[in-house]
Amino acid sequence: MATILTEAEAKTLLQKVLSYSKADECEVNLSGEERGNVRYARNEVSTSGSLTNQNLVVQSSFGKKVGTATIDEFDDASLEKVVRRAEELARLAPENPEYMGVLGPQTYLKANGFFDTTANITPDTRAEAVAKSLQLTRDARLTAAGFMEDRHGYSAMMNSKGLFAYYPSTNVNFSLTVRTEDGKGSGYVARGYSDITKLDTAAATSIAIQKARGSAEARAIEPGKYTVILEPTAAVVLLENVFFNMDARSADEGRSYFSKSGGKSRLGDKIVDERVTIYSDPTNAELPASPWSGDGQAQQKTMWIEKGVVKNLSYSRYWAQKQGKKPLPGPNNVIMMGGNSSLDDMIKSTQRGILVTKLWYIREVDPQTILLTGLTRDGTFYIENGKIKHPVKNFRFNESPIIMLNNLEALGKPERVVSTESDQNYLIPPMKIREFTFTSLSDAV
Amino acid sequence: MNRRDFTNILGMGTAGLMLPSLPAFSRTVAPEALLETGVDVATKKRLADAAMNAAKSRGATYTDVRIGRYLNQFVVTREDKVQNIVNTESYGVGVRVIADGCWGFAAVVDARSEADTAKAAEKAVAIAKANARLMKEPVQLAPQKGYGEVSWKAPITKNAFEVPIKEKVDLLMEVNGAALKNGANYVNSVLFMVNEQKYFASTDGTYADQDIHRMWPLFTVTAIDPKTGKFETRQSLSAPMGMGYEYLQANPSDKITGITTRYNKGYDMLEDVTAAAKQARAKHAAKSVEAGKYDLVLDPSHLWLTIHESVGHPLELDRVLGYEANFAGTSFATLDKWKSKNFNYGSKLVNLVADKTQVGSLGAVGYDDEGVKCKQWDLVKDGTLVNYQAIRDQVHIIGENESQGCCYADSWSSVQFQRMANVSLAAGKTPLSVQQMIKDVKKGIYIIGDGSFSIDQQRYNFQFGGQLFYEIKNGEIAGMLKDVAYQSNTQEFWNSCAAVCDEKDYRLGGSFFDGKGQPPQSSAVSHGSSTTRFNGVNVINTARKI
Repeated sequence: MATILTEAEAKTLLQKVLSYSKADECEVNLSGEERGNVRYARNEVSTSGSLTNQNLVVQSSFGKKVGTATIDEFDDASLEKVVRRAEELARLAPENPEYMGVLGPQTYLKANGFFDTTANITPDTRAEAVAKSLQLTRDARLTAAGFMEDRHGYSAMMNSKGLFAYYPSTNVNFSLTVRTEDGKGSGYVARGYSDITKLDTAAATSIAIQKARGSAEARAIEPGKYTVILEPTAAVVLLENVFFNMDARSADEGRSYFSKSGGKSRLGDKIVDERVTIYSDPTNAELPASPWSGDGQAQQKTMWIEKGVVKNLSYSRYWAQKQGKKPLPGPNNVIMMGGNSSLDDMIKSTQRGILVTKLWYIREVDPQTILLTGLTRDGTFYIENGKIKHPVKNFRFNESPIIMLNNLEALGKPERVVSTESDQNYLIPPMKIREFTFTSLSDAV
Repeated sequence: MNRRDFTNILGMGTAGLMLPSLPAFSRTVAPEALLETGVDVATKKRLADAAMNAAKSRGATYTDVRIGRYLNQFVVTREDKVQNIVNTESYGVGVRVIADGCWGFAAVVDARSEADTAKAAEKAVAIAKANARLMKEPVQLAPQKGYGEVSWKAPITKNAFEVPIKEKVDLLMEVNGAALKNGANYVNSVLFMVNEQKYFASTDGTYADQDIHRMWPLFTVTAIDPKTGKFETRQSLSAPMGMGYEYLQANPSDKITGITTRYNKGYDMLEDVTAAAKQARAKHAAKSVEAGKYDLVLDPSHLWLTIHESVGHPLELDRVLGYEANFAGTSFATLDKWKSKNFNYGSKLVNLVADKTQVGSLGAVGYDDEGVKCKQWDLVKDGTLVNYQAIRDQVHIIGENESQGCCYADSWSSVQFQRMANVSLAAGKTPLSVQQMIKDVKKGIYIIGDGSFSIDQQRYNFQFGGQLFYEIKNGEIAGMLKDVAYQSNTQEFWNSCAAVCDEKDYRLGGSFFDGKGQPPQSSAVSHGSSTTRFNGVNVINTARKI
């Protein structure tokens, strides 16, 4: 059997699996994927590899007793066996009071995240893409370390109430760090696409080269509060910690930033500058995502923060029922709306500030305020009177993205970026923030 | 599985958006399946030989094959509910080759036949050949003698997978009940058990069959102050260990009494959660720290993480050389510092040791993932940098002719590379207890348990939090503090080391989730120390108003 099934093939297989079910309810998840990667360092390839994987998960239930079994063989006898196994486990399981039963048929938006161009990548395609990048860094007498990884696959589900969902997708991520030979300068670039034809490794490499050269001979300036311009790659690793916290249950329970005293949440509160609007939309052409969530719920275009106001928190089906709310799955993609400023405009309008191109090792220090710590990395620059004056040594910061989005000065045009912390892709604009808190200096390059 | 996926599986983090809920490439199985024996050794040898022959016939000059069966069990609860019982099994084969002087790797799930492993080998050779044109010099592999057919088993006394689920659930329900009774509003508790059944074969003539067990009981209690709407948490003071279920049977000799009880090779979860609930409640009334310089007294339950970040990582040779420049970073501990033979990593009291054999540690194993027998070696001796951690394709760079045996892959599906050994601070040579250490401190903070952590990509500047903070005034503990984090620079910090307690206080801490590499891999590693004093460290206050 092929690893990547078409919609029709997946449907046929799932129907066959369900035909063996004798449980009250049965739900089957099916997936297959192929991955390939190439990694390089010190201007030559280091490790690289490929991986083939497929999986079938059967969940059977009797009342609120639920059992799950999995298999990766697909002959008829194996398929029947996995269903029997799930049923045996369900009979033995303790009741799960939070089990909500399976959903009936759903209507899904159309999202296109699968590109043949990406699915057809070979080891040679990868080697050629990397060769273009290496050519530039070798010619420039700089040292490159990079990584390119592609994936194509699908996921599908079907249940005994007639729900069927199928979504194929492709993705390629490319990242590169270029360092000067003396180790005094370092620049970074990351790109993520669904369609590999959009990936230009040479153009991306040129950006990292420019940053590596520009960041050499950095000078130390005093830590403290500065106006900062955050490139999207830097902004996203702070902002995603807000997204990760937008869950109603932890807010209602009083143990998240989104909690308020007296068992209330910040739903409906204005928490950040009114220019901040954050939403999810599986049909976005730049950042397509699966139109259904893991439990089969449909993903709609959803406002999370609109004009600075918390519009939605995600509710699991269990928590929604308990609180008398509508269930809302967490998003499969996140998009932040931007403004009109270009990065150049932001620099020109800055009297004294810091351009931050990347942040590193982000950790939550205090969950009540989403206070985060981390450091600048791979290109940090001092701005004076509207111009980049010189590179500066890296800083450690302690700052909350909530405080930061209240100190918003300007927003640029959103770009697709890859989080260097979670590897997720987002659409995030560059942004200018006042009074960003740097607490100490680092000698790291 | 990485740290964030783990947080997610537990439902302990508030994360959950867009993240997978199961470890990648694992399948869920019945608990009994965790006790089934996997593929027998003779079959594994046959599968490995098929891959090695296929690779050789396609032009590989070296091949190793890892056949892995990875079993995990999580029992996840909150308050009076079992949230999840997850049993996962992941079985597959990874083949690594050198062809045309270049590495290639391919992995295949559920490989049962010689044809499966041979196909993976062919793919690995094709990848190596495609990438060989991007090499400047061929891979140089340190010689390694073949050990023939050998085996190694972790010295556990009670296989955690043999303990019935009901017994585990009952324990956690009792733990949760104690938390709620003693002042917690919420409690999440987990038992996390791991068994790695690994088979390694290489064209050097080693066939090593190994059985590794790990165990981690953990909890978080949350106490909410309804008046202020604020919440405080306290996490367990347990350590993940290379042990079986026997870790949950604490003898009196495993307990270190003091301001709060800490644990050595046996953990009393019920006692710890009872203390934790009271301490989370007490944190609401604790004094917010005044920023400034303090002498720090760091418990091993805290110091392990500082050792991990500021010693373990910078002394990984792949980072020093630049192989991790695009992700985990490089290192301040450059080759010239090591060559000088006089780089003061720390004060004279500082002895840091790498060890892949320490009993009960997470990193202990007989042979590493490229067939090298494991050992112990010095990294920092009497304060001076003396060595790194290196594997077969790197050791020639530091003038050694054999690997130090610290190569690891987190799954059959991941390529093996240099990973951190257990790196530990040797206990002080002169008798010194924690009480005696505190008596000498005028203005200090005693920190127990690990909290938030962050360090730069060359391992100079770091910031650490903790679980419990106590103010020390004129040799006495003066009360609880909160909002504490310290910032320092690695060399400055280790040179401020002023006293190390003796071996009676020596304990292991550790992590299941040391992350490195692209695609990222997790490794489990322990770090031992006794309570240690560092003078004049910069402490910041982390409280913010929104």
